[in-house]
Amino acid sequence: MKPAPFRYHLAGTVPEAVSMLAELGEDAKILAGGQSLVPMMTLRLARPSDLVDITRISGLSYLRAGLDGLRIGALTTHRMVETTRDPAVLAGFGVLARAARWIGHYPIRARGTFGGSIAHADATSEWCLLAVLLDAQVVLAGPGATPRERTVPAAEFFCGLFTTAAEPAEMITEIWFPRPSRSAALAEFAPRQGDFAVVAAAASVDIDSRERGAACRSVRVVVGGVGSVPFVVDTGAVAGLPASASTWREVGELAASQIDPPEYADGDAAYRRRLTATLVARALDEASRQ
Amino acid sequence: MKDIRQITVTVNDQVRDLVVETRRTLADMLRHDLGYTGTHLGCEHGVCGACTVLLDGLPVRSCLIFGVQADGRTVATVEGLADGTDPDAQLSDLQRAFSDQHALQCGFCTPGFLMLAEGYLSGGRPADAGEVTEAEIRDVVAANLCRCTGYQGIVEAILATARSRLDPAGRERGDGERGDAGLGGSEQGTGR
Repeated sequence: MKPAPFRYHLAGTVPEAVSMLAELGEDAKILAGGQSLVPMMTLRLARPSDLVDITRISGLSYLRAGLDGLRIGALTTHRMVETTRDPAVLAGFGVLARAARWIGHYPIRARGTFGGSIAHADATSEWCLLAVLLDAQVVLAGPGATPRERTVPAAEFFCGLFTTAAEPAEMITEIWFPRPSRSAALAEFAPRQGDFAVVAAAASVDIDSRERGAACRSVRVVVGGVGSVPFVVDTGAVAGLPASASTWREVGELAASQIDPPEYADGDAAYRRRLTATLVARALDEASRQ
Repeated sequence: MKDIRQITVTVNDQVRDLVVETRRTLADMLRHDLGYTGTHLGCEHGVCGACTVLLDGLPVRSCLIFGVQADGRTVATVEGLADGTDPDAQLSDLQRAFSDQHALQCGFCTPGFLMLAEGYLSGGRPADAGEVTEAEIRDVVAANLCRCTGYQGIVEAILATARSRLDPAGRERGDGERGDAGLGGSEQGTGR
């Protein structure tokens, strides 16, 4: 089908974009890569009154690793993350580059943006899961005489099905990952490669030493596809257990016992629970080998 | 009320001025307003890849971009691949390889696959990616749907093209005997 009519606005700067959004009201939407919004428009699942095209705003496409972590510009494409060779990014945040290959297909990754994915807030999105896992902060610009900026922790940013804490006139400018996490991984399952995950699991481990049988200091696990927002697994009881395959399986079962997954055509609740147990164990195993 | 814009877009090296309604997709603009009907539309929501074209050199699904967004940019469609000025070399190396390897049957998806592969080989592939592999090409072509070929011929055609472009000696050989070069690439490509 064809998208319903809308009014098109081209924003040249961030202040211009947010003041357009403030003026146009809450039926206006931001158009970035358009790889989720435009299909929703052609299927008439979305009928925005206005589109504010931000793709020509310069200076929002970057991966900057420094002492305060990693900052990713909102218009950075998935492909840029996937193909980055910056050693500073790969050292502490290699999980992002490794996980990018799960996002859609190559042309989708070449067009789709990091900020757009976070704003879309699909609960199976790789970036949404990793943002929660790694305590990322979402940087938002708002309208006003003096441009307003605020940061929201990713865990608070996703508040419901495709719903975020961003105000209608706010725009994501950057996603900031304050702390590196070398031992992290993402595992997921979809019936067709490149499709939306039925279940996805992101995990990081903190292990006493690299030796065999060393104890876990802590383990973090976030699961997607089992609720309306990324689900943070309570892994409190894991500290002190050996970093081993049996522990990873145990955490997988723990995660499966905590979720209350929905029944969709692509998998009933019991299936999603089994997938969760398997994928959490797989993600932890991969994370422990990084 | 229609929201319309006047835009200028360069398609296959030709500068075109036109007026488009803002909800017009790039795919519909190319087909209906500019006559580039080689760009095919399958699903119209970004799943099938039949409408893939190059926007500033990168492969995009033209059903997921609005025509107005191409203002001031360059677009390459399947019509631009062949060199129409030389009657003996009308098809590009990639198109020749598709023919040699039987990479098409009904042909509906072919323009999308050609532009996907062209975009990947001519800029999308990281410069330090090393030797091209079958797994890598399979990952790329997973972006587009073909319901006829089973993909084997498509993968072999793209592999053969990638290898002859990466190996200048192979490319020189290929100038004289394209068919043989293509078959040689296929044996290499499947690893059988």
